[in-house]
Amino acid sequence: MSHNTDLLTPYARSIGITVCEQDELLKSGAPVLMVTFSDTVQGRPSHFHGGAISGLLETAGYTALRIQLAQGGRSDVQLKPINITMQFLAAAKAETLYAQARITKLGRRNANLELECWQADRSRPRATAVMNVLMVAPASD
Amino acid sequence: MCVHPSHCTGSMTDQKTQFDPRELAPFMFSASHNGFLGMKYRDHGEDWMELELPWREDLVGDSEQHVLASGPIISLMDMASGMAIWTRMNSFMAVATLDLRVDYLRPAKERHAVIGRSQCYHLTRSAAFVRGIAHDGDKDDPVASMAGVFMTIGGSAPLVA
Repeated sequence: MSHNTDLLTPYARSIGITVCEQDELLKSGAPVLMVTFSDTVQGRPSHFHGGAISGLLETAGYTALRIQLAQGGRSDVQLKPINITMQFLAAAKAETLYAQARITKLGRRNANLELECWQADRSRPRATAVMNVLMVAPASD
Repeated sequence: MCVHPSHCTGSMTDQKTQFDPRELAPFMFSASHNGFLGMKYRDHGEDWMELELPWREDLVGDSEQHVLASGPIISLMDMASGMAIWTRMNSFMAVATLDLRVDYLRPAKERHAVIGRSQCYHLTRSAAFVRGIAHDGDKDDPVASMAGVFMTIGGSAPLVA
């Protein structure tokens, strides 16, 4: 499956989220998403808004899940958010922010994902989150 | 940490300043992420704040559905919570989101604004506890529920004396 912006929602594209095309990151399984710093994602001067950080984390989760479902022949399921719990660990400063998901459990009806975002140093995450997603199969005839 | 904007005063000192959300909202929502989302002040009380996020085509979470994405709803609840804390303290000091949980109860109505209402129900010297809901017109039929904890930023004054 190609990693392109078709996977991203209108909201994700609006705040400038893109899929990271660097090879070493793409090899690591779930796609790495990124957003460069701009006024659109700024909260306190020169820092990311917590809502924009959360939007990036959540988008990383949905993108990873979409790719995994497509690989399993389930690209027609509808994804519905159940909940998300964010932990803000350190200020995200005015530089590129990256995020990647790990699918902890992929069931028939629901999926559980762990999300993490970082800046220059991946070993020092800026925020983490856990999310649950409901997967609704299309009604059969 | 997710730190709230200070550009309406330009200072993050520990001096106690009066916080009037109705007066400050136009400045807080004039630029940056809140301005991009088009947030608006609706109402407030002693320890709560209500903001509105207007519906907009480019903020949808699914191109086949005309419903606001969950990301902007988190931004709305985070901002309403920060302002509820400042309102309860009657002071504008730097706070940072430590933990925020959002449960999505049902999809918002199509092409509908979402209203975020948050209450700061407890303050300690270093932490502020918030809870709230997002709704699309009827607060007894919420779209989402929220709970969170905010902290003072190192160097700023305690939330309560």
